[in-house]
Amino acid sequence: MLYVVIAFLFLGILLYFLLGGADFGAGIIELFTHRRNIRKTRTTMYHAIGPIWEANHMWLIIAIVILFVGFPKIYATMSVYLHIPLVLLLIGIIARGTAFVFRHYDAVVDEMQVVYNNIFVYSSFLTPLFLGIIAGSAVSGHIDVQADNFLDAYVFSWLHWFSVAVGFFTVALCGFLAAIYLIGEAEEQDRRRFVEKALILNIVAVVCGALVFVAAQVEGVPLLEWLFGNAVSFTAIVLATLSLALLWFLLGRGQGKVLRVLAGFQVTMILLAIGWAHFPDFILLRGGDHLSLLETQAPAATITALGWALVLGSVFILPALFYLFYSFQTKPIHDYEV
Amino acid sequence: MDDLFAARSQMALSLGFHIIYACIGMVMPFFMAVSHYRYLTTHQDVYKRLTKAWSKGVAIFFATGAVSGTMLSFELGLLWPRFMEHAGPIFGMPFSLEGTAFFIEAIALGFFLYGWGRFNPWFHWFTGVVVGVSGLASGILVVAANAWMNSPAGFDYVNGQYLNIDPIKAMFNDAWFSQALHMTLAAFTATGFAVAGLHALMILKKHNVVFHAKAFKIAAIFGAVAAILQPISGDISAKDVAQRQPAKLAAMEAHFHTEKSAALVLGGLPDEDARQVNYAIKIPGMLSFLAHGNFEQEVIGLDKFPKEDQPPVLVTHIAFQIMVGLGSFLMLVSLLYLLALWKKKKWLYSTWLLRLFVLAIPLGFIAIEAGWTVTEVGRQPWILYGIMRTADAVTPMPGIAYSFYLFTGIYLSLTLVVAYLLYRQIKSVPTLYDITPEPAHATH
Repeated sequence: MLYVVIAFLFLGILLYFLLGGADFGAGIIELFTHRRNIRKTRTTMYHAIGPIWEANHMWLIIAIVILFVGFPKIYATMSVYLHIPLVLLLIGIIARGTAFVFRHYDAVVDEMQVVYNNIFVYSSFLTPLFLGIIAGSAVSGHIDVQADNFLDAYVFSWLHWFSVAVGFFTVALCGFLAAIYLIGEAEEQDRRRFVEKALILNIVAVVCGALVFVAAQVEGVPLLEWLFGNAVSFTAIVLATLSLALLWFLLGRGQGKVLRVLAGFQVTMILLAIGWAHFPDFILLRGGDHLSLLETQAPAATITALGWALVLGSVFILPALFYLFYSFQTKPIHDYEV
Repeated sequence: MDDLFAARSQMALSLGFHIIYACIGMVMPFFMAVSHYRYLTTHQDVYKRLTKAWSKGVAIFFATGAVSGTMLSFELGLLWPRFMEHAGPIFGMPFSLEGTAFFIEAIALGFFLYGWGRFNPWFHWFTGVVVGVSGLASGILVVAANAWMNSPAGFDYVNGQYLNIDPIKAMFNDAWFSQALHMTLAAFTATGFAVAGLHALMILKKHNVVFHAKAFKIAAIFGAVAAILQPISGDISAKDVAQRQPAKLAAMEAHFHTEKSAALVLGGLPDEDARQVNYAIKIPGMLSFLAHGNFEQEVIGLDKFPKEDQPPVLVTHIAFQIMVGLGSFLMLVSLLYLLALWKKKKWLYSTWLLRLFVLAIPLGFIAIEAGWTVTEVGRQPWILYGIMRTADAVTPMPGIAYSFYLFTGIYLSLTLVVAYLLYRQIKSVPTLYDITPEPAHATH
């Protein structure tokens, strides 16, 4: 049962990254869209994510609940030493979620829209930034449980080049995912704009990815060894790179669905490569200690109950979620009633 | 502000904020479902308009409730990591089920909000019902987790170790049913009265009376039935607390000294140093009766507990008085309303009854906040009753006061924005939802 729980944990993280990430990305794209086109971008985006956006963000809750029920030591350690970025992440989540709904459901459309829009786009940028910083901090080995002063314990645990680089890499990936997703949603005449955006964001992502390697060198994080030191991670990285070439080739050739699969595949491979290199460790601490998913788990009775809850829950959730995606894919939302 | 106090304040603020949105988010879908049902069976357009108007409210409240709930799942760890490290595996069961229920609610809401004219009308109606049922289930599960903090179960505490963990037993702890019942009825009462009151206000102002009268009736019936049932659930809760947490009951009642045929203390100002209550009305024997079912039985007072194990009396007692007082008032209004529906038709839409409902708009929610103050402050100094102290659970990170100020700012601005949005929704009813202005008497 422990492996079922761990599988759901990684599935939750992956799906949050793909689906929630594409949502964040839509806001990031809006942030970098020329004023001339912004209204259209907004409409396309709303039609694409409106019905599913609440569900997309549930994966984070699933992952966090699995952590605090199944792996309380990991949850507690992150909560203590990454308190500050977690709070900033939360502020991003609350600001973004409410601004998205407020701007749509405000009965009067006036200058308040500008406020909602600003909050929405900036928090769409900041939330994945801090998500990436938190993820980077978890594996960077900077969390110091022996630290005796505030800065070492609560600030330098997350504020260093490596985690910041991972943060920007995450932002770029989210934007890239969203651009690819929106290509398939946009109307004919807008498609070119999203293809362009996807291309630019893809280049930005590759550059940020390179910066992550540089930062890893600077901070002494053995990233190269993680990614190329074992067969699975190595293969995943190679596949991601190859599929990137294919994606560039297909971009602009009107293969919306194939592009989505490729983009999702790349992100999955990146997460697989890094996850596999560390498994079963989830958090690396300063001084070489680590918190392992196979050593810090809750007692067996809890893991069994949690595993069953997840399995039974997914029997309800997955078909309903699939039908939700399916319904709003096949019946275009453009003519929906308010 | 020291860190423990800041952490407690931030938690109280976050919960206090979330509760309001969660209650509205879980109750409103039922109002919507009734109105939607009326539309599907009678084909009166006003019900469709009403359903849509309410569903916008639900979307706003659900989103705010969802993000504030997400924050809470993090704040539990950010503020109380030592508690969560031990408690997570024991009381995590309701949280994992709640995650499922919440997820289903989000999916169903997607279908409902965007499903007009896309699906079979009854399937569409059903998705609205699923929103309500899964919301209700979420609420009950979260309350079950809180009940475990009041009534720890499902583990053995041996030399500081938490052994033989049984998460199912922990979920079905002794307090879960009484707390879940009380909270569910409270959610229906508070939301019913708040919604009915807002529509009553519009009727009084003679704005779109047809529309608001239909809305008023649905909300008022839900609120009234729940408010009348609530005292029964309150009695179950009181007897349960007397059994399990005598210190909390003593603080609620400002019952300082253990005695037989104990008096019920109404109102008054507890003086914690002098161990007495000033300016109170006392009903002899009544506390014994309410707590244990006979007028003679001894009721344990605060004197049976060492000083360091006693909850704050002043806050707990006053919060309890507020909750009971407001609950009783809402019950009386409910009785009047049901009497009007049943026998005294001419009272309906008479100005005084509508005014009572307008007065009641905030009262249910104030009662809920007061009730949670009783539950939480009355459990102090424990975070896990009798086992772990709140002071031992708080995060080691200093400077929590700044985090508290930050969250206060966020919640304050969110509250203002939501109020503003609601105001604009209601103001736009004439242009968006009403088509047939008719005189008030033609509504029934």
